[in-house]
Amino acid sequence: MISAPEMPETTVAPTSAFPAWFQAEQAAALAAYESTPAPTRRDEPWRFANLKALDLEAFVPAPPIASEGKLITASTGIGGDTAARLIFGNDTLVLRETASLPAGVIVQPLAEAARDHEALFREYFMAQPVELGSHKYAQLHKARLSGGGVLVHVPKNVEVALPIELFHWVEGENASVFPHTLIVLGENAKVTVIDHFKSADGARAFACGINDFHLGRGAQLTYVAVQDWSRDTLAFHLNSTLVGRDANSTALIANFGGDYIRGESLSKLAGDGGRSVMLSLNPLDGTRQIDQRTLQDHAAKHATSDLLYRNALDDKSQVIFAGLIRVEPGNSQTDAYQRVENLMLSEDAIAHSMPGLEILNDDVRCTHGATSGGVSPDELFYMQARGIPEDQGRRLIVAGFFNSLLDRIEDESLRARLAALVAQRFGVA
Amino acid sequence: MPAIAEETEKPNIDIDRSVGDFSYKMDYAFDAGVGLNEQTIDYICDVKKDPDWVRAFRKDGYRKFLEKPMPTHWASHDLDNIVFENIRYYLSQGVTPSRSWDDVPEEMKQTFERLGIPEQERKYLAGVEAQFDSEAAYSNIKAAVGEQGVIFVGSTEGLHKHPEIFRKWFGKVIPSSDNKFSALNSAVFSGGSFIYVPPGVKVKHPLQAYFRINAQNFGQFERTLIIADEGSEVMYMEGCTAPKFETSTLHSAVVELVALKGAKIQYVTVQNWSANVFNLVTKRGLAHEEAEIKWIDCNIGSRLTMKYPGVIMKGRKARGEVISIALANDGQHQDTGAKMIHAADETTSNIVSKSISIGTGQSTYRGLVDIPPHRKGCKNNTECDALLINTNSRTDTYPAIVARGNKNACQHEASVSKINAEQIFYMQQRGLTEGQAMSLAVNGFVNDLVREFPMEYSVELKRLIDLEMEGSVG
Repeated sequence: MISAPEMPETTVAPTSAFPAWFQAEQAAALAAYESTPAPTRRDEPWRFANLKALDLEAFVPAPPIASEGKLITASTGIGGDTAARLIFGNDTLVLRETASLPAGVIVQPLAEAARDHEALFREYFMAQPVELGSHKYAQLHKARLSGGGVLVHVPKNVEVALPIELFHWVEGENASVFPHTLIVLGENAKVTVIDHFKSADGARAFACGINDFHLGRGAQLTYVAVQDWSRDTLAFHLNSTLVGRDANSTALIANFGGDYIRGESLSKLAGDGGRSVMLSLNPLDGTRQIDQRTLQDHAAKHATSDLLYRNALDDKSQVIFAGLIRVEPGNSQTDAYQRVENLMLSEDAIAHSMPGLEILNDDVRCTHGATSGGVSPDELFYMQARGIPEDQGRRLIVAGFFNSLLDRIEDESLRARLAALVAQRFGVA
Repeated sequence: MPAIAEETEKPNIDIDRSVGDFSYKMDYAFDAGVGLNEQTIDYICDVKKDPDWVRAFRKDGYRKFLEKPMPTHWASHDLDNIVFENIRYYLSQGVTPSRSWDDVPEEMKQTFERLGIPEQERKYLAGVEAQFDSEAAYSNIKAAVGEQGVIFVGSTEGLHKHPEIFRKWFGKVIPSSDNKFSALNSAVFSGGSFIYVPPGVKVKHPLQAYFRINAQNFGQFERTLIIADEGSEVMYMEGCTAPKFETSTLHSAVVELVALKGAKIQYVTVQNWSANVFNLVTKRGLAHEEAEIKWIDCNIGSRLTMKYPGVIMKGRKARGEVISIALANDGQHQDTGAKMIHAADETTSNIVSKSISIGTGQSTYRGLVDIPPHRKGCKNNTECDALLINTNSRTDTYPAIVARGNKNACQHEASVSKINAEQIFYMQQRGLTEGQAMSLAVNGFVNDLVREFPMEYSVELKRLIDLEMEGSVG
């Protein structure tokens, strides 16, 4: 049986403690976590999943971090200026730079936000139900949430030009962290937020993170998660985005690290004319596994959603993609697209693809696609003929495979920085 | 493949939707009563004079049926409306089918004559079997085909007269434990065809079976086994109808195909059960080296159809194909799909599925493509297109693709759309009514698949689509 990592009261630092009412909710969440049965493969959201990987027995509360300075130095981000920077080590705030934020914009740890902006917190914090299978682990997250959460609130008609970068570090053998990013955008607000998930050492760790994004009318959000946990980390990343009328959300999740990652992304098009772009790039090797479940929920008219997930699988890695486009009755003029592409780099890699559609309205254009295949020998030959060795040619193809996905990001400088990051990862910079 | 010229005048459409909607009062000689228990199975075994191994096989199937849960964790909850205690599991006039129409009992003869069976046999078929409730009433094969060594008999006759071939493959492609309904079929199966085509024999004309449910609350559980020996070819077609009763009827068949090295089997179904029939069918083929199995499946009738024809490509370079058309009208749910298991190198499969949902109709595509470890050179192509006619129509697509290794390729594409308003406007400008225009557009949507059907079936299919489209506009 899976048990929750024990978490003595003392690990919650007095400075980041949540108000009493929330602590009561946390106690209830822990009870809910414990009483909710663990998933089985008979549950559709866990079809093909490797449930053995979900053993949480060994994980312990994260210890205090050894050196704040080391983490701060290592928090380089994607480069360039930022509007705000928050760095957390083992769910404790170690650096806060918010001086360049426009007036009225809030970027602060959740425990403070629960005190200072209680109404906002109550309205938006985990307001969306977790529908894609991990509701049990969402309860665990809520119960164990301490200092590792952030509220980003951009009020009406305010644009934050520079990106906000958030760093979540984990350190120590079997340490557990519970990062949370809550973004609330008022009407016509605009912001770019980049989450970095990093390990300070190569140790095994457990992360159970949640993101809640709420886009008011006409708001624009660009969100990037650079997940770079140690190669021995078990992580849940549960994201939900609520897109209001004429709002526009673009989210990219880059999974570079982790041993077993369960990702759930739900985009609910709640207002007419909303748009959601969902992107993910997943280079995998060794015996690493990624299990991603997505839902494009069209609950309004004239809304657009566009999902593109790309996986490159080497060695004995495995990926599961299960996506669903759901068009609820009456939501005419829906335009939804969903595509998963698996680039198979080795004989032992396994890709499970389950792209789904549930369409309850006729006035729609919905398509999906799934492909799996290897690197074309012709392409490799072409490069070899021009003096590029096979190994490098292969890396170029993989980098190109991911790079073309970045084309869907509108912000040019962000796109260039992410492209540089991908190139550096594949040694083709 | 006969092509259908678009411009040719449509023949007078004198068939109507109710062509199968009649029933005759029958005095059945054998009736296993209502409900299912061990005694029911013994009764069926005694009537059919089953050998001991079949009795044991049935009992084992029954146990598995009881053990298996309803698959409602993924399938429609409409399944819960099947009341197994209220169903009659065996009804017949005797177990030996007639070889000549003259010997068929009068009421059955009338039934099949109204459905046009003897007429079709004279015209173009190499052999016909007509099943009335539990047993074949008529079974005949043209002398020339019989002389080539082709066996075409009912499953009962097959297991009695040709046990050496029958037993070798029976239950091997679809084990009883495959699912709840294959287990049920294993317990109470009766009727269906047994076909054996000797090596190198190419049966020029199709063999046909016609399945008819006549009695209320009746469950039909036919079992078909087709074996195409090395290098042989055969096409099998089945049609099915039932009257519209007030209460629901269950049809749960198991169809197993075995294509030995280099053989080709085409299996064509035009399913037009009345809208009170639960049609829960397990169909699977085993393709050996360089063999080809093609399922051509058209679902127009029934209340709920769940059918996912599959091909296990067991030998190198084997090929599997599923061509599927589903039309779901008000109150119907067509839950269809395909299953492709690439168990050998260089195997290829193709799935093309088109569905049309009208009114509150719901069509679902469910598919599985699996490439097991260490395969190379396997290819799968899947295309699913859904057309929605009304705002309250529904379509779902749930494919699962398991790809392993870097030496194979899988691609899946699906789209959902409605009828193009501009096309309808264009046709109306030229004098067609909106209904005619819609009907033409729907026929256009499925046209490239209809071409794959044998001539006679494709004509019937087009008519059926026209009829289903009637009154669906507005």
